[in-house]
Amino acid sequence: MKALLKKVVETFGPSGREDAIRQLLLDEIKPYVDRTFIDNMGNLHAVKEGKGARVMVAAHMDEIGFVVTHIDEKGFLRISPVGGVAPVRCLYQRVLLENGARGVVGVESVKNPNDIDFSKLYVDIGARDEKEARKLAQEGLFGAFLNEMTEMNGLITAKSLDDRVGCVIAVEAARQLKKSPNEIHFVFTVQEEVGLRGAIAAAYNIEPDLGIALDVTGTGDTPDAPKMPMKLREGVAVKIKDNSLLVPRRVKDFFMRVAEKNKITYQPEILTFGGTDAGAINLSRSGVLAGCLSIPTRYIHSVSETASLSDIEEAIKLLVKILESDVKKELED
Amino acid sequence: MIHILEKYSKAFGVSGHEEDIRRRIEESVRDHVDSLSTDFMGNLYAHKPCGRKNAPHLLLVAHMDEVGLLINGVESNGMLRFVPVGGVDPRLLVSKRVILGKERVPGVIGAKPIHLQSRDEWKSPIPLSGLYIDIGASDEKEAAAKVPPGTAGTFHTFFEAQEDVVFGKAFDDRAGCALITELLMTEEDESYPVDITAVFTVQEEVGLRGASLLAERVRPDFVIAFEGTTAGDVPRDDYASPSTEMRKGPAISFMDRTAIGSPRLIEHLKKTAEKNKIPFQMKKTVSGGTDIGVIHTKGGIPSVVVSVPVRYIHAPRGILAVEDYKNTIRLAKAALMNFKEVL
Repeated sequence: MKALLKKVVETFGPSGREDAIRQLLLDEIKPYVDRTFIDNMGNLHAVKEGKGARVMVAAHMDEIGFVVTHIDEKGFLRISPVGGVAPVRCLYQRVLLENGARGVVGVESVKNPNDIDFSKLYVDIGARDEKEARKLAQEGLFGAFLNEMTEMNGLITAKSLDDRVGCVIAVEAARQLKKSPNEIHFVFTVQEEVGLRGAIAAAYNIEPDLGIALDVTGTGDTPDAPKMPMKLREGVAVKIKDNSLLVPRRVKDFFMRVAEKNKITYQPEILTFGGTDAGAINLSRSGVLAGCLSIPTRYIHSVSETASLSDIEEAIKLLVKILESDVKKELED
Repeated sequence: MIHILEKYSKAFGVSGHEEDIRRRIEESVRDHVDSLSTDFMGNLYAHKPCGRKNAPHLLLVAHMDEVGLLINGVESNGMLRFVPVGGVDPRLLVSKRVILGKERVPGVIGAKPIHLQSRDEWKSPIPLSGLYIDIGASDEKEAAAKVPPGTAGTFHTFFEAQEDVVFGKAFDDRAGCALITELLMTEEDESYPVDITAVFTVQEEVGLRGASLLAERVRPDFVIAFEGTTAGDVPRDDYASPSTEMRKGPAISFMDRTAIGSPRLIEHLKKTAEKNKIPFQMKKTVSGGTDIGVIHTKGGIPSVVVSVPVRYIHAPRGILAVEDYKNTIRLAKAALMNFKEVL
């Protein structure tokens, strides 16, 4: 799992430019499902047939990044964020553009660090002048951050655990899944970071009976963190609410019941900000039951997102057991 | 060519009150399409099938509504209270001429004259709460009879041409409506290899509301939205990138707040422009949103926005270069004619 995670987090794929990560995930999941296809939006679907409930498992494969908006006379690029990118977290990061060009994010001199916004940032691609820069990059090219995955005392630190960790959980669950009565659609969604757009399109087409998003969630276990119960190493988080979704009680109870029956370590997730693909699935068509399994993660939307391997293992176990149950029966009122 | 833009620019059509502009568009496109229809929201549909089997179905979309204002109260002295409809910058409003309602009652947005203001008031723009509309009524009764609360108003702006530019209101998005109209006006011997449904939407400026039902009703394979967008080639910081620039051709959007443009369609437009030697530019800011935002996510429909650069959108008076308008038509027409290259 660790080797796969390393490969997946280090692959390029900002919102709208998910081609490389989609190909990688397709190759990884194909042996474990009955059919795969890519929809018009770019979402990757991997389906395990079944006669029972139709379950959509969504993990978004896009990552935050940026788009080139301007090239100046000296050959530096100006950028706008793609997804929720904090300017200060970009400082001096190494970046990769969709055409393979590399760069580093620089900043104009500012008196006060609070003055740093995107208008003060630029990307240095090593060009001598504008002419050379225009050969290396053009306006409209998308880019993403670079970082290697590392391990520290059972925790992993990497870019884009949000939400490549969800993608890996989905692939692993598909691999480990033995017998399931359900029709399971593993969907690796696009454009989550710019507004759950891939999931909106996918849920519309699938019309599932249940949606399960796999994503990261914030924690309250670091110095001066927001007051939230989620902690690293305390198991998979079963979402109760975030700003996109109030998980229907039946769904939350179902997930927790399965966890308890199978002695899987879990914790409740009450997130005071943000949203996931589950929110989009929930509002699809005339309303769809939806919930979310989350991995407590520190430093989300930085190049050093940090999570616990043990929590990821628990999430895989729980997802497998949920998918192996008779979902239709479990969700009855 | 520019007379259609003129006709549309002059029309009344604040969001939710699009009757006049819809009627004018109907009049202009009727003879060039197979059928026209409207839906319960007020969107206008023009169907132009090509008669070939399995032809791709394109949705061309432009919004016919404009930003404006809505009367929400009458003071005892006959002055009208109002709220903006859509993204109106209140700092632009003082002393502007407006016309109100079906009767086109003229008015002016009044404010305390400089003589009566305190020194402190000089320092900052007058907030919306300090503005009112004066129609010259003598009292509340007279004003309310002429302009009852709920009446919509728009800027009273002349359309003028000077050298190679035109001045007028509501180029966002009457420019788009006019472009689509021109695209529908094909010659006898030319026909697109695609089925076209052109839709002129309502209520875009208040949140893409008219377009929200299009994906399901039209079920297109591809979407191209036409816009009049922010030209930023006015004095600026040395680093700041102009959103688009006048006289540099149609602007193609790679991304905005509501959608990421389809790379396939963007590539097609760029190639078509290069092949036909039509100037074009990439829109270099990612703010703002368009109708494709609520269309493309319905099942995932490849979509793109092409815009004519317009200086001073959402203001009483904008400026547009005629060559940009013509080049946008040329590009769109060529892109439709060779659309098989996308497939």
